Amino acid sequence: MEKRVVFRSAWLPWVLMAPQLLVIGVFFFWPAGQALLQSAQQSDAFGTSVEWVGLENFRNLLKDETYLASFYTTAIFSLSVAVSGISVSLILAVFADRIAKGALAYKTLLIWPYAVAPAVAGVLWLFMFAPSVGVVAYGLRAMGFEWNHLLNGTHAMTLVVMAAVWKQISYNFLFFLAGLQSIPKSLIEAAAIDGARPWRRFWTIVFPLLSPTTFFLLVINIVYAFFDTFAIIDAATQGGPGKETAILVYKVYYDGFKAMDLGGSAAQSVVLMVIVVALTVVQFRFVEKKVNY
Amino acid sequence: MKKLHLAAMALAAALVLPAQAQTEIQWWHSMTAVNGEWVNDLAKDFNASQKKYKIVPVYKGQYPESMTAAVAAFSSGNAPHILQVFEVGTATMMASKGAIVPVAKVMKDAGQKFDPNAYISAVAGYYTAPNGQMLSFPFNSSTTVFYYNKDAFKAAGLDPEKAPSSWPEVALAAAKLKAAGHKCPLTIGWQGWTQLESFSAWHNVEFATKSNGLGGLDARMKVNSPLHVRHIENLANMAKQGLFVYRGRNNLAEPAFVSGECAMITTSSGFYGNVKKNAKFAFGLAPLPYYPDVPGAPQNTVIGGASLWVMAGKKPEEYKGVAEFFNYISSPEVQSASHKRTGYLPVTTAAFQLTEKSGFYKENPGTDVAPNQMIRKVTDKSRGIRLGNYVQIRTIEDEELEQVWAGKKSAKDALDSIVKRGNELLERFEKNSQKG
Repeated sequence: MEKRVVFRSAWLPWVLMAPQLLVIGVFFFWPAGQALLQSAQQSDAFGTSVEWVGLENFRNLLKDETYLASFYTTAIFSLSVAVSGISVSLILAVFADRIAKGALAYKTLLIWPYAVAPAVAGVLWLFMFAPSVGVVAYGLRAMGFEWNHLLNGTHAMTLVVMAAVWKQISYNFLFFLAGLQSIPKSLIEAAAIDGARPWRRFWTIVFPLLSPTTFFLLVINIVYAFFDTFAIIDAATQGGPGKETAILVYKVYYDGFKAMDLGGSAAQSVVLMVIVVALTVVQFRFVEKKVNY
Repeated sequence: MKKLHLAAMALAAALVLPAQAQTEIQWWHSMTAVNGEWVNDLAKDFNASQKKYKIVPVYKGQYPESMTAAVAAFSSGNAPHILQVFEVGTATMMASKGAIVPVAKVMKDAGQKFDPNAYISAVAGYYTAPNGQMLSFPFNSSTTVFYYNKDAFKAAGLDPEKAPSSWPEVALAAAKLKAAGHKCPLTIGWQGWTQLESFSAWHNVEFATKSNGLGGLDARMKVNSPLHVRHIENLANMAKQGLFVYRGRNNLAEPAFVSGECAMITTSSGFYGNVKKNAKFAFGLAPLPYYPDVPGAPQNTVIGGASLWVMAGKKPEEYKGVAEFFNYISSPEVQSASHKRTGYLPVTTAAFQLTEKSGFYKENPGTDVAPNQMIRKVTDKSRGIRLGNYVQIRTIEDEELEQVWAGKKSAKDALDSIVKRGNELLERFEKNSQKG
């Protein structure tokens, strides 16, 4: 028979949960509900005339070929950001974990970029790669490589992915480092005694034991790439050239805040919300099965 | 006890203040640097000229940002009295009937005399509703002009005193500059505005139907005409040969001209102050190039820049102050001084004549190019371009043109696509505005 602890009071559990519920309610459910409401409305910029239009905002989206194309762009962008962000920070964390001297300075430096605002990160990278004045673009040209993200879609995508990854590395790094430090040294030593080389020890012991962290970071990074990157895009490429870096969340921001189409923008954020919820469910249902806790 | 104290203080304040109280008028704008100082000086001079009202200019970010800020402030009842809105936001403001008060009404209610005919017609027409009522106050208007680097021209063996006046001449000059080793003969600022919108008016061809949208909400894009295709194809060929180098959206190309990297640029006349202050070479200003074989060209160019909108829901006394301020800044003396200082257009004919009389244009060659392009008898095709969802249409122009410069789309395909995507937005705007 299962032994359970039950609250006798009817109100105590609610009181204990209240702070958390309040935070979620105010910062998540309330805005999400607002977005749902607005997605069924159309209004002028100042909201002086509001009209209920049902699903028309969604129909307009489906009719827009460029909107459908931006799903593909978003997939490329998010996957690139998540995969390269996670692998680069894993490498950095493994090295930082092994380092003997000056570890503190090294770690501190790696954590810094997290304090930089996304828009600033976008501008920093933009300056380095600006075709006429950028340091990196200049160096590339000297090596015979013509960098031009203003017209070359691949270059532009590379630029925003680099900026987005750079910004997120610190966060990933911290979690990986903590994960690495919680792996019992005895396991690694035992494998070393058995004759496993560092490469092999990493793949058969460290990596599997890190999988809960990696999984957590995968979810977080996908959400980050989907939602938090519009400032980088806005500062670096404004979605261009053409629409090659116009990811879904950038269009939400652009339509809502620059073009003042609140209904259309809200409809897009509802679509985005559904996608991210679906992705997270998929990740928990399928990917999580491969995770060892 | 504390409450009582506060109430007493409020009462005292209410009794004391009216005697000398100034009515404060909030003015949200988007002017930075040299132009920001100009705005502050206008407010300071007006405040010094009388005692009843105090204009408080507040910088609220770039044009789209200050508009978004005003939208948020309006719904919470904190909107400013005066809001500076860029020209592409004009149709949006017009459609927000409950949020604004037409400037003609503000002036009339306050008993100020206000004559829309005093304004240059290409400017006034832009901010006037189809029923003839002027809705916003023309403030900083600019237009599209051509700048070139005289030193680079000389080095390439071109006559620095003779600017290329037609597109074929521009291509020839660019080829010579390139042959002389110049890496960026021509670049373009505000590509949609200079190469499609102003280009259309300049050649007296329609950009959109219904007098480019001034005549009604059922306007549709016409920007894929043979002349448009010819011009964009021409630029695409120049891009392929390295004669035209794309340097980004909006005014991102401007620094490349100031630094001397690019030798020619088409962009806003408001760029003048920047070049004059920062360029380390001799430069020239010239009218926008055109195609001489097109009948009726050159006609006139269209305006950009911004106007001042009066927000709804304020006290009558405050509106009086707004009217007084508008009256002050529309005097020919203030207008002419502003024009000389910023390079923005003198928006009244009187201000232009005053500036001419002062000999300013003779001392500063090229500064009369912009006003001369505007002070002409306009046609229905050239009066101005005012479309709904214009902000998005501008972005569509950017997106499609970029694909032409990159060699991914033909000029015809891109222009067709601008028309198709633009029309979808126009149809939606028309539908929404009729409902509202």
